[in-house]
Amino acid sequence: MKKLLIGISIAMLILHQDIWFWDDTNLVFGFIPVGLAYHACFSMAVAILAVLAIKFAWPNDLVAWATAKEDESGVESKLNNNQYDVR
Amino acid sequence: MTVLVVILIYLCLLLGLGLFSGKQSRGTSKDYFVASHSIGPFLLLMSVFGTTMTAFALVGSTGKAFERGIGVYGLMASISGLVHVICFFAIGIRLWSYGMKHGFVTQIQFFRSRFESNSIGYVLFPILVGLVIPYLLIGVIGAGKTILPVTAGAFPDLFPNANPLWNGGVPPWLSGLGICMIVLAYVFAGGSRGAAWANTFQTLVFMAMGVVAFTLIVQALGGFDQASKVPMTVNEKGQLVQNYGINKEESKIEKLAEPKVVGTLHGEADTSLAGYQPHFGRKMLDMDYKGKAPDGQIVDKTRELGIPPWMFLTYLFIPLSVGMFPHLFQHWLTARSANTFKLTLIAHPICIMIVWVPCVLIGAWATGVIPPGVPPAAVLSKMMADLVSNQVLTGLLTAGVLAAIMSSLDSQFLCLGTMFTNDIVLHKVGKDRFTDKQVIWIARAFIIGIVTLTYLLSLWAANKNVFDLAVWCFSGFAMLTPVVFAALYWKRATTAGAFASIIVGTLTWIVFFVLAGGSEYTVGPGIMPVTFCVLASTVAMIVVSLATKPPSEETLNKFFGR
Repeated sequence: MKKLLIGISIAMLILHQDIWFWDDTNLVFGFIPVGLAYHACFSMAVAILAVLAIKFAWPNDLVAWATAKEDESGVESKLNNNQYDVR
Repeated sequence: MTVLVVILIYLCLLLGLGLFSGKQSRGTSKDYFVASHSIGPFLLLMSVFGTTMTAFALVGSTGKAFERGIGVYGLMASISGLVHVICFFAIGIRLWSYGMKHGFVTQIQFFRSRFESNSIGYVLFPILVGLVIPYLLIGVIGAGKTILPVTAGAFPDLFPNANPLWNGGVPPWLSGLGICMIVLAYVFAGGSRGAAWANTFQTLVFMAMGVVAFTLIVQALGGFDQASKVPMTVNEKGQLVQNYGINKEESKIEKLAEPKVVGTLHGEADTSLAGYQPHFGRKMLDMDYKGKAPDGQIVDKTRELGIPPWMFLTYLFIPLSVGMFPHLFQHWLTARSANTFKLTLIAHPICIMIVWVPCVLIGAWATGVIPPGVPPAAVLSKMMADLVSNQVLTGLLTAGVLAAIMSSLDSQFLCLGTMFTNDIVLHKVGKDRFTDKQVIWIARAFIIGIVTLTYLLSLWAANKNVFDLAVWCFSGFAMLTPVVFAALYWKRATTAGAFASIIVGTLTWIVFFVLAGGSEYTVGPGIMPVTFCVLASTVAMIVVSLATKPPSEETLNKFFGR
């Protein structure tokens, strides 16, 4: 699924180059130029891609690693112990 | 005058919110710098969106669409939605995991640890500050350009202006000073909590006001159908004509008895273009028109309309900047949990669309009623001033624009203060030299210095194009993004490789910036300089890393030992 989502992302990068609408000034819904309407739809498609990525490619292993053994209080103690600069 | 009163009331409200949030503070430096890791999903979305959408998004996008047309949305907004989401997913969540695991707060702490080098912090810090300053500048310049037209005529004796359009308006030096002081005050008092609250409040205000402004402007233009007939049109003689004019007394547009010629296309008249609205397409055309020089003289000018395909393609490198913005980096490292990112991932591209589509349309429509010589940064406020008759509403709409501007300034100021205090001062002289309160005051002192520098530079760069300046700033951060990608995904990335990437990328950026003089600049058929900066930085990282000793086992285990 991750590979499919990467493929979709690459396809979207290609679809962003809408040379087919370059000189087209026709209007969608009577007021939005087609070149603008296409890219507004593109923005919504990106939001859908994000939903799919969260559902099917969320890095649960990374999250588990980051939170394993050391919960937020662990980081708090690191900060409070001046292990890092911010106190 | 009413407009100014409304703006002042808004600024007082904002100040009150900042001071109130300061009272909620626990009084520790950790609370001041990272709000004790208490930023949740909604505050994160508002903060990320509010800080990335500045004067650039409202004032700049309208102005650029006024120059080049609706292609500006695809050029910058829709591609930003995609690239930002990819970066949030590929960089943001991974950085969060390291912040959670190892306690990093700033990007310099992360890079020092990943590349096993203290010096990388001292090299990166001035570069990051140098790149953030143009971003701050566009906010201060944008504020000045916004307030001047809407207050024109209010104080003719106090603020005379050679340009009759702006006579009596509050001058940019004063509005810029006011904005800087307000932001400084609430960042001073509330720290990161104050900035997050103010960001949320201001982002909601500017999105709501944006919708209201758009609705009112559409009404004044006679509805959507009528508005789409307004943009500048090409006639049979190859001239660019406006068919409408603004009736300022009634705040609406009127069809002119005779079309008004405002420019001419280069070359022989192409009859096939008759009736073409250049700002509704992306066809490349060159337009000659009359405009005012800085000394007030009317001079001949030339402008490119449409978008070159190579420019459209290579602009995709610019949103990579999101990977290295210091304030975003800090948000990623210090977010409460990984789940905090989910709302931002989904809603960010939609928020971009909600703000940019109306602005781009207003810019394209404005070409049919505003002279082409009007400075692009003044287009949005001129449309509001001329087409929205209610002074209270104009004041609220202007407050919305200022909200967008200030919501970017606060996070940047605070982030620079955090980095200076932690990555330079405390790192150099030791953590036990100062009390907790002194640490906060070190950050505040640095923030005052940066605000002062930004304000002084804004006076010098007052006439710079806000959009172009932002693109240079984003290009600079984009050329640094290969460093963070390599740090996160390539075990073989070495200290020397990181130095080489930073130095080569920065030098390439400086060369192009000097050649361009900070204005719009392309290479050959329209290739953006950021393309070469990112490529140079990437090649330097790969070649030098492969030629030098790999990172230690300890570092590899720390970052890749899952």
